[in-house]
Amino acid sequence: MSPLASMIVKRIGLGFVTLAVVSAVVFFAVYLLPGDLAEEILGQAATPETVANIRRELGLDRPPIERYVDWITGLLSGDFGRSLANGRPIAELAGMRLVNTLYLAGFAAAVSIPLSLTLGIVAALYREKLIDRSINVAALTAISLPEFFIAYILIFALTVKAGWLPSLATVSADTPLGERMFRSILPVLTLTLAVAAHVMRLTRAAIVNLLASPYIEMARLKGLKPWRVILRHALPNALAPIINVVVLNLAYLIVGVVVVEVVFAYPGLGQLMVDSVGKRDVPVVQATCLFFASTYIMLNLVADVATIAADPRLLHRR
Amino acid sequence: MTRILDNVNRRDVLMGGAATALALGVAPRSFAQAAPKKGGRYRIGLSHANAADNHDPATWGTSAVINMGLYGATYNCLMETGPDNKLRGELAESAQSEDGKTWVFKLRRGVTFHNGKTVDADDVVASINHHRGPQSKSAAKAIVDAVTDIKADGKETVIVTLAAASADFPALMTDWHLVIGPAKEGKVDWEPAVGTGAYSLVSHERGVRMVLKRNPNYWKAGCGNFEDVELIHIGDIAARMNAISTGQVDTINRPDIKTLSLLQRNTSVSIDEATGTQHYTMPMFTDVAPFTDNNVRLAMKHAIDRKVLVQTILHGRGREGNDSPITPTNTYFADDVKPRAYDPDKAKFHLKQAGLATLKVDLSAADAAFTGAIDTAVLFKEHAAKAGIDVNVIREPNEGYWSNVWTKKPFVMCFWAGRPTEDWMFSQVYAKGARWNDTHWDHEKFNKLLLEARGELDQAKRRAMYREMQQIVSDEGGVIIPMFANFVSARSVKVARGQSIAANFDLDGWKCIERWWFA
Repeated sequence: MSPLASMIVKRIGLGFVTLAVVSAVVFFAVYLLPGDLAEEILGQAATPETVANIRRELGLDRPPIERYVDWITGLLSGDFGRSLANGRPIAELAGMRLVNTLYLAGFAAAVSIPLSLTLGIVAALYREKLIDRSINVAALTAISLPEFFIAYILIFALTVKAGWLPSLATVSADTPLGERMFRSILPVLTLTLAVAAHVMRLTRAAIVNLLASPYIEMARLKGLKPWRVILRHALPNALAPIINVVVLNLAYLIVGVVVVEVVFAYPGLGQLMVDSVGKRDVPVVQATCLFFASTYIMLNLVADVATIAADPRLLHRR
Repeated sequence: MTRILDNVNRRDVLMGGAATALALGVAPRSFAQAAPKKGGRYRIGLSHANAADNHDPATWGTSAVINMGLYGATYNCLMETGPDNKLRGELAESAQSEDGKTWVFKLRRGVTFHNGKTVDADDVVASINHHRGPQSKSAAKAIVDAVTDIKADGKETVIVTLAAASADFPALMTDWHLVIGPAKEGKVDWEPAVGTGAYSLVSHERGVRMVLKRNPNYWKAGCGNFEDVELIHIGDIAARMNAISTGQVDTINRPDIKTLSLLQRNTSVSIDEATGTQHYTMPMFTDVAPFTDNNVRLAMKHAIDRKVLVQTILHGRGREGNDSPITPTNTYFADDVKPRAYDPDKAKFHLKQAGLATLKVDLSAADAAFTGAIDTAVLFKEHAAKAGIDVNVIREPNEGYWSNVWTKKPFVMCFWAGRPTEDWMFSQVYAKGARWNDTHWDHEKFNKLLLEARGELDQAKRRAMYREMQQIVSDEGGVIIPMFANFVSARSVKVARGQSIAANFDLDGWKCIERWWFA
């Protein structure tokens, strides 16, 4: 087996171990929270009898270890289970939201990553000039403000004042693609502002780091144009860290956007998880957490493989 | 003597002197001057919904999408609270009792479910039984616990037998869990949400949105005017305010009262406000020191500045409470039981009576009780300090507040949506041994009056009894009730409503979908 392939196999194996640990931690963390599903559903109207009846029917009165083992057994046979709160299959509850989350992340990535790479390269090219400074100031401002605040500013400017864009991003399965894109412009813009600075700064730093190297000096002495020096000579060597940061931001766009979902009433997986934690609906929490954890594990693996592919020296570290 | 009356409320019937027989009847009618227009897609932005939302009415709780979309639009109950805040029949045409113990509900004829089935007595029996019995998981179990037997008498009559006489029993049948669904072999399958309401369910993405369409066969005249309805969950309060002010939705519940004056400047939006039964409370365990002494409780009641609380916590959208849970919306509200003025000297006097110079108490608070509960507690600490009472505010987690703090800690912040009848409110929260008696209060005279008033069919006597009970709760009860909060909602001026709106819940008693229309 090639060293790369054996690394991939090893990492996938480790990934499964991580998932098992995550599932156990999540299960018992939810268990430690005050209140359970019966109490959360009934709220102020809870009486000891009704709470006991719900617990008995849903098996919440069984020992937690037993419930956990049951759930794992179900999962291993490919059954994500049903929501305890409303008996719906989790696949049904999460399916559409998964599509929404992936769509929003994809749309945001398609806008923010090319944009921030370009800005990073431009900033490196014109470093210490006005344009570099402006890009830096703008990006740092955007990343310093919390996302929800950026979202409110955008809503204020583009929805309330200008009246151009809707602030509600409620989409459903039957929303046509054009409408869906129009409705998600504001969330995408917010996310772009949130992640662009990170990628842009790293791209710039990675390239600038290399610009002092002798081989870049050589390229310049050959009389190459500055943009060619950067794109053809510096960028390929700077790719490894850039790929890393891009992929980590992709992961963030998938798993970390619940605040943006709430502000724009966007039905994504993040809200599903928050809802389910609130109601102590353990199977749904588990399913969403496992999805988020596997996304991180997968994307980290992709990042490492792509980094190594871009810079095979990394495989033979001393 | 039995009379069938048109459009009357309980008070009118009782005043008619029909002391041995009660009758309630209604006719559907339109509430507006002009006939409502039909058509349009009505979009409502609502504060609460959850991915865990369930179609089973036994589980209904805080989800506004469920409550408005299913209780308010898809289903009917036996009885309802009209836009005039009076009790009237819904699926029941009349409710009669000779003794207050056996109630006969005559069903409206020819009403059909969305699936075409005609409503009959078996559907009613199955729907109510869903909440009864030792296996019940229902949030409404306490409401139907008084029922010892419910049976169908033919297709159009339901006979309910109670453990003890209750003049208010028909009012209990307005409870939003007690919707009527189609029965099959004595059970109702709630999942498809087939009802008799003005709208039928088209789709429901839990925690996200619900879509309804008009029921062309709806029986209530002037109701069910919108062609389609979309209920959208907008949990974020700023997002909800933006949605209504930019016209992306036509109505929202729970607007931000802090910025309501800004929204009012928007000429395309109008604000609806109704003084309902909801009240914010601060229960003290009357069997735990120092609250065992009524003088201490009176000191606490005098040491809170209700005026300031109404201005700062409610932004003026409410009224001062008088330490009794009966609100101006209730039939027998005693307006002469006045809210206590803030009087630190009087509070000190009562402390002295209790043999104390100073007092230190712990107050458990979380915003799970109501929005602004922590602020209220902190303001109370300031007010009480002047009376020599040191209130130590303990911030509790919102999670599990109702299970681990309320009814567990001796002095907490609490909220009650209130109940449409005095008996309902008193017997669930203030009667000796009541499950939700969050003050552990046991007042002999009060408990006796409660039982007497429940079975009393003479209206004047009843009024006198309830007045006395309000006075007793206010003077000797274990709860501070500093304020009644109004129901506030915002609506596009394109949407019209009747002159009066119900105050049992917000948005016309959660029935704006059924009752309102596009002007």
